[in-house]
Amino acid sequence: MIELCAITKSFAVGLPYQLTAVRDVSLVIEQGQFVVIKGPSGSGKTTLLTLIGCMARPTSGRIMLRGLPHPGLPGSADSAEVEITSLPERFLTAIRRATFGFIFQHFNLVRGITVLENVMLPAYPTGEPYELFRSRALQLLELFSISRHAATPVDRLSGGETQRVAIARALINNPKVIIADEPTAHLDSGLSSEFMEILSTFQAQGKTVLIASHDPLVYESSIPDMVVQMRDGAITGITRQQ
Amino acid sequence: MIVQPAALALIVAALLTGFMVLYAGWYGVQILLHWDMRSGSELQLSLERRTYLISAIVNFALICQLLSLLLFIYTADALHSLFIGAMCAAGTLHVNGFGYPVLALKIVNFLLAGLWLIINYADTQGYDYPLIRVKYSLLLAMVPLVLLESFCLIAYFAGLQADVITSCCGSLFSLDRPGIGGDLAGLPDRSMAIAFYCNMAATAACGIIFLVKKRGGYLFAALSSMGFISAIAALVSFFCLYFYELPTHHCPFCILQSQYGYVGYLLYGCLLGGGVAGLGVGALMPLRGRGSMAAVIPVLQRQLMAAALVLYLIFTLVVSWPVIFSSFKLL
Amino acid sequence: MSGLLARHRNIIDFALSSLLRRKAKNISLLAVYTLIVIIIASCMLFINALKQEAAAVLKDAPDMVVQKMVAGRHDLMPVSRGEVIGGITGVRGVTARLWGYYYDAVTRANYTLTVSDGGQPAPGSIYIGSAIARLTGFSQGDLMPLRTYKGESKLLQVVRVLPAEAEIVSADLIVLSEKDFRELFNFPAGFATDLAVSAGNPLELATIAAKIVHQFPDTRPIMKSEMLRTYDSIFDWRGGMIVVMFAVAVLAFIIFAWDKASGLSAEERREIGILKSIGWETADVLLLKFWEGAIISLTAFLCGATVAYCHVFFFSASLFEHALKGWAVLYPQFRLAPSINAYQLTILFFLTVVPYTAATIIPSWRSATVDPDSSMR
Repeated sequence: MIELCAITKSFAVGLPYQLTAVRDVSLVIEQGQFVVIKGPSGSGKTTLLTLIGCMARPTSGRIMLRGLPHPGLPGSADSAEVEITSLPERFLTAIRRATFGFIFQHFNLVRGITVLENVMLPAYPTGEPYELFRSRALQLLELFSISRHAATPVDRLSGGETQRVAIARALINNPKVIIADEPTAHLDSGLSSEFMEILSTFQAQGKTVLIASHDPLVYESSIPDMVVQMRDGAITGITRQQ
Repeated sequence: MIVQPAALALIVAALLTGFMVLYAGWYGVQILLHWDMRSGSELQLSLERRTYLISAIVNFALICQLLSLLLFIYTADALHSLFIGAMCAAGTLHVNGFGYPVLALKIVNFLLAGLWLIINYADTQGYDYPLIRVKYSLLLAMVPLVLLESFCLIAYFAGLQADVITSCCGSLFSLDRPGIGGDLAGLPDRSMAIAFYCNMAATAACGIIFLVKKRGGYLFAALSSMGFISAIAALVSFFCLYFYELPTHHCPFCILQSQYGYVGYLLYGCLLGGGVAGLGVGALMPLRGRGSMAAVIPVLQRQLMAAALVLYLIFTLVVSWPVIFSSFKLL
Repeated sequence: MSGLLARHRNIIDFALSSLLRRKAKNISLLAVYTLIVIIIASCMLFINALKQEAAAVLKDAPDMVVQKMVAGRHDLMPVSRGEVIGGITGVRGVTARLWGYYYDAVTRANYTLTVSDGGQPAPGSIYIGSAIARLTGFSQGDLMPLRTYKGESKLLQVVRVLPAEAEIVSADLIVLSEKDFRELFNFPAGFATDLAVSAGNPLELATIAAKIVHQFPDTRPIMKSEMLRTYDSIFDWRGGMIVVMFAVAVLAFIIFAWDKASGLSAEERREIGILKSIGWETADVLLLKFWEGAIISLTAFLCGATVAYCHVFFFSASLFEHALKGWAVLYPQFRLAPSINAYQLTILFFLTVVPYTAATIIPSWRSATVDPDSSMR
C-alpha cells in the first residue's frame, strides 16, 4: 500500500521561474490495484510518478509505504509502515531497486549495448552474483519472445520489440509495483492493446500497476481499477471501476 | 633548495591534498549551517549531493596521505647521502626544524582521516544521517592540520641545502644527547619491553571482553592508543636493537631499509592500522545512542576491534621473533 | 564480502564497455596521458641509471685523494709526503698517482692520461679508450703522435684499444708508462699528481683527513663520499629541473583531463540519467567513474613506463641525453644498466596519476549527481 499525504513538489523555489508541479496531492493506492493517472501534459503526472516511485523527494508532505520491501530500515520485512519522505538517497534507491520497476515513455534504453545487457543493467550494483541475474534476464527475454535478439544492439530493434525489452528490464529485480509513464505514446493501437494485456497479467500475479497517460485507449479501458484525474498539479477527480 | 623528482612529487601531492581538503572544508561549513534532514528543499538536496563529493575527497586524501607518508620516509632515506653525518632518514629529517614536524603531522592526519572515514561509514549506514554534525566538525578540525602539514613540507624541502652538517641517527638517538630522541633511547629497555607486553596483553583482554560482553569501549580505545605509543617507544629503545644486532643502534628508520627485509613497513603498517581501528572504536562509543546507530555501531565496533587486535598481534609477533630466535642477546 | 566483490566486478565490466563505446574521446586522452608518463618516466629512469653508474664507477675509486695546493690551485705532490701520511694511525695504504690532461690540437679534444700500477704498458706503448679510437681513427698497431711539453713530437704505439664496456670510465683515457708520462709532461722526478689514501675503517676518514691537513696545511684531502654526494646532487638537480620544465606540460594535461571529464556529450549525459533512473545511486555512478579513470590511468601508466624503459635502456634516451650528460667533445657511448624499482614507480605515480585523479574527482561527481528523474523530463 502506498499512501501520499498533502504532497507538494516545487522547483526553483524563490526564483522568478518557480514551478509547482504537484500541489497538495493526497492519494492511497492499495496493493494489487491497477491505477491510471490521466491528465493533459504539464498536469504533474510524471512528477507524481517520480515521487511515488522513490525517484524524487517531495518539497512538503509525507509518503508512506506499507507491505513493501524496505531494505536497511528497521521493522520486519513486509508488514511495517515506513515513511520514505526524508530518507537519504541510498535507502531510497535501495527501496526503489527492490520494489519498483519503471517503464519510461521513450523506453530509455542504453544505446550501443545489447538487449541482454540492457535488461541486466539495473541489477549490476546490487551485489548479486552475475550468473544469477543473467539467467533471470534470459528467462524474461524468453517470456517476451525476444530471446533471439539477446545479443543484438538495441538500436536495431523495431518499436514493439524495444517496448518488450523495456518491460523485461523493469522486471529484472522482481518488483512488486510497476510504474509506466506514457507507455503508449509511440505505439499503434495494436501494440497499445497488447501492452495493456501484458500489464493486466502482472496485476493477476499480485503486482500493483501504475500508469500515467493521456491516451484514451488506456484510461477508457476496462482493465484499470481506479482512474485519477489531474490538472495543474492537483487531483480533480477519482473514478473507481469494479 | 633540493630540486629533485621525489621532492617535487611530494610537494605536488601536498598541494593537491591541501587544496582539496580546504574545498571540502568550505562545503563542510555550509552543511553545518544549513543541514535539515526533514526538509525537502532544493538546498537540502544539493547539500546531500555535496556529501558524496566530500567523502570522495577525504578518501582521496587518506590514500594520498598514506602513500606520501611512505614516500616521504623513503625519500628522506634516499637523500641521506647528500648530507654529511646523515646515515639514514633520521639524519635527513634533522637537517632543518621542519623535518620531524612533517612526519608527526602526516601520521596525525592519516589517523584523523581514517577516523573520519570510519565515522562516515557508520553515518551512511543509518537512514537518518545521525552523525552529520560530528563528521563535519571533525573535518573542519582537520583542515588547518592538513594545511599546516603542506606548509611544513614545502618549507622543509625549500630549506634543504646539501652539505649541511647534520647528525646521524647514531648521535641523534644516542644516550647522551638531550632531546626526545635521546630520551626515547635512554628509557630503560627492559622496562619498556615489559610495559609494551603488558599493554598489549591488557588491550587484548579488554578487546575480548568487549567482543563478548559489549562493554569497555572507551577503555579499549585508551589502551590501544597507549599501545600505539608504547609500541613505538619499545621499538626504539628495545626491539630495534635485535633487528640491528647492535646494542647502541636505536634508530626507528633504519628498519625500513632493504638490508632488514623492509620489516619496518610491516611493523609501522600494522601499528597505523591498529591505531586507527582502536581510535575508531572509542570515537564511535558516544554515538551509539543516536537514532539508527543503535543497530549499526555495535557491529562496526566489533569489526574494528577484531582488526585492531589482529594487527597488534602481528606486530607483537614480528617484533618478538628476533628476541626469541636470534643469536643476539642483550645482557 | 562476495556481494562487494560482485558489485565491483559488474561495475568494472560496465566501465570497460562504457570506455570502448566512446573510443575517440578515450583514445585521445589515453595518448596524451601515456605521452606525459613516457616523458617523466624516461627522465627519471635515465637520471637514476646515471647515478647508479656513477656510484659503480666510484666504488673502485680511492677512499681519499690528497692534493697539494699552491695559491688555491692544484700543485704537484712530493712523493716523500706519502711516507709520512702512511704513518698516520688508521691509514692502510698510500699510493702516488700520476695522471693529467692532454689537449690534442688536431681533434680539439682533451684526453686523460694516466699511469697504472703494475708496469704495463711498456715504455713506447699506450692503451687508448674507444672514444679516442673513434675520434682519431687510430686502432691497434697504429702509431699515435703526441706533443711533449718540450715541443718535441713523440710517437707511441697503440697496443690495445680499451673495451667499449668500460667506456664510461675510459672513453677519453690513454694509459701509458711512467717514463713516457714524465717525458711527455716534463714531470719532475720525486713528484706525483696526487696521493691515493685508503683507510682500514672508512668511518675514520674524517679524522685522518683532519690529521693530514694538520700535518700539511697546504694540502686538500677529497673524500670519496664527497664526490658521490656531488654527483648525486648534480644529477638530482638536473632531473629536478627537467621535471620542473615539464610541469607546464603536466599542467596542460591536467586541464585537458578536467575538460574531458567535465565535457559530457549529450549521449553520455543521457546514459547516466538512465542509469540513475533504473536504480543506480550516486555512489554507484561515482564508482563507475572511478573505475573508468583507474582503467585509463593503469593503462597509461603501464604502457608509458614500459615505453620509457625501452627508450632509456634500449635506445639510450636519445631525446634527453644532451641535456643530462653535459657538454663535451668526447661522449662515451654506453648502454646503461637497466634498473627500475618501486621507489621510481611511486614517484612517477605521484607526478602523473595523482594529479589526474585529483582533476577528475569533481567532474566525476558532477556527472554522477544528475537527478534520477532527469531522463523523464
